[in-house]
Amino acid sequence: MYPKELKYTKTHEWARGDNGFITVGITSFATEELSDVVYVELPSEGGKVEKGSSFATLESVKAVSEVYSPVSGEIHRVNHKLQKHPELLNKDCYGEGWIISVIPVEAEELNSLMNAEEYQRFAEESSKI
Amino acid sequence: MKELLLTPLHEEHLKLKARMIPFDGFDMPVQYTSIIEEHFAVREKVGIFDVSHMGEIELHGKDALSFTDYIVTNSVMKMKNGDIKYSPMCYPSGGQVDDLFIYKIKDDFVLLVVNASPNYSAKDFDWISQHKNGFDVEISNRSSAYGEVAVQGPVSKKLIETLVKLEGGIPLKELKRFKCTHGDFWGRKILISHTGYTGEDGFEIFSDEKDIVGIWDSILEEGKKFGIKPCGLGTRDTTRFEVCYWLYGNDIDETINPLESGQGWTVKLDKDKFIGKEALLKIKEWGISRRLVGLYIPTGGIPRHKMDVKKYGEKIGYVTSGNYCPSLKKVYAMAILDIPFTEKGSRVDVAIRNRDVEAEVVDMPFVKPINKR
Repeated sequence: MYPKELKYTKTHEWARGDNGFITVGITSFATEELSDVVYVELPSEGGKVEKGSSFATLESVKAVSEVYSPVSGEIHRVNHKLQKHPELLNKDCYGEGWIISVIPVEAEELNSLMNAEEYQRFAEESSKI
Repeated sequence: MKELLLTPLHEEHLKLKARMIPFDGFDMPVQYTSIIEEHFAVREKVGIFDVSHMGEIELHGKDALSFTDYIVTNSVMKMKNGDIKYSPMCYPSGGQVDDLFIYKIKDDFVLLVVNASPNYSAKDFDWISQHKNGFDVEISNRSSAYGEVAVQGPVSKKLIETLVKLEGGIPLKELKRFKCTHGDFWGRKILISHTGYTGEDGFEIFSDEKDIVGIWDSILEEGKKFGIKPCGLGTRDTTRFEVCYWLYGNDIDETINPLESGQGWTVKLDKDKFIGKEALLKIKEWGISRRLVGLYIPTGGIPRHKMDVKKYGEKIGYVTSGNYCPSLKKVYAMAILDIPFTEKGSRVDVAIRNRDVEAEVVDMPFVKPINKR
């Protein structure tokens, strides 16, 4: 149900190693919760991110959500397309809806995240609350 | 924890896997699929809303109409049977108890449709009962006896005309806006009005609470060929907001009088006597100090109820409602601002979370309602 090649956080972000960079987005669990995203507040290239700290804000018709970074590092690229097309998050959250790409301080930080199976269990538990 | 009330349609919402939230004491659907999809169903085709949470207060007796005239600001004495009027109901201070719709059913029977019970209808019922003042009228809160649905959208008439038989055999297309009549919906007695809260053409159908599930199901079934969607509170808010209809508790409340909110056309100061008349006369004479205006926010997020509006760092008012407008793909707000800052084109700042976001005063409504197109 969740892409096997990705790693996941307890705050519903996904991370992918891409040739030394780490691409970050939010999972379909998060986009389901948020529903229609209509506005995104993005950081700038060159900015710093810290593991566990908020780096972006997503606003839907009825709610506001923070996005937390799974790794620490420097922002290499930002998906500015989301500014004009926030619906990409709802349509293709693992592909065109990617949010930032990071030059990690330590690539090994990825290993401490959940794999697809662990995240599936975690997501199912979260829904039960 | 206080328990939430359920409308008669609660099971239907669960069956449709709606996302539910507490609203005015009820467990209500905020969306079934997507707020934006449901919004466009209403604007382009037809949508159905469960509005059974609304309150119904019945006034019976010789003075039903004159008592109504005393408790609301609008003028009702010339209403004919089947007429509907909108009015605020004010405190002696001029602030608002609620805004409501007056349905003149018969000379001795007036139905007031008020905001969601129990929170508001109980408050309204208490207020109205306390001000009976010798009028020959019986006041009853009948909210739990009624079920109500709203069917809204350009094809709502086409859909509903096949489902209802109106009193006197008149065709639905002859039921003009702001008119109501009794009828039959496949063997169930209904009161139907040509009214709505979305700015589109539409109807509101009242029935006995035990009949409303059958009515909801039939409308959804017959509406399939018209592209009908069940719509929740999210879309109820986006549609009413785009056409700048007031929401009690947001844009109007006990601290906002109808002269500063833009409801002035509903305040008939030439009426002999009504609650709030003295205060409203004074306010008119001395002038209002603040006004409800529209704001356009090019970027920076969605302003929400109670966020500060500032100019040069000083607070000059606050946001009453803010929303993303799907029909315009833009963000707007309604805000009550000190008079000097309310001219169209005036630039102000809205404090959204911890940033000051630029906004501009614009005309209301943002989208024209059906009667203004």
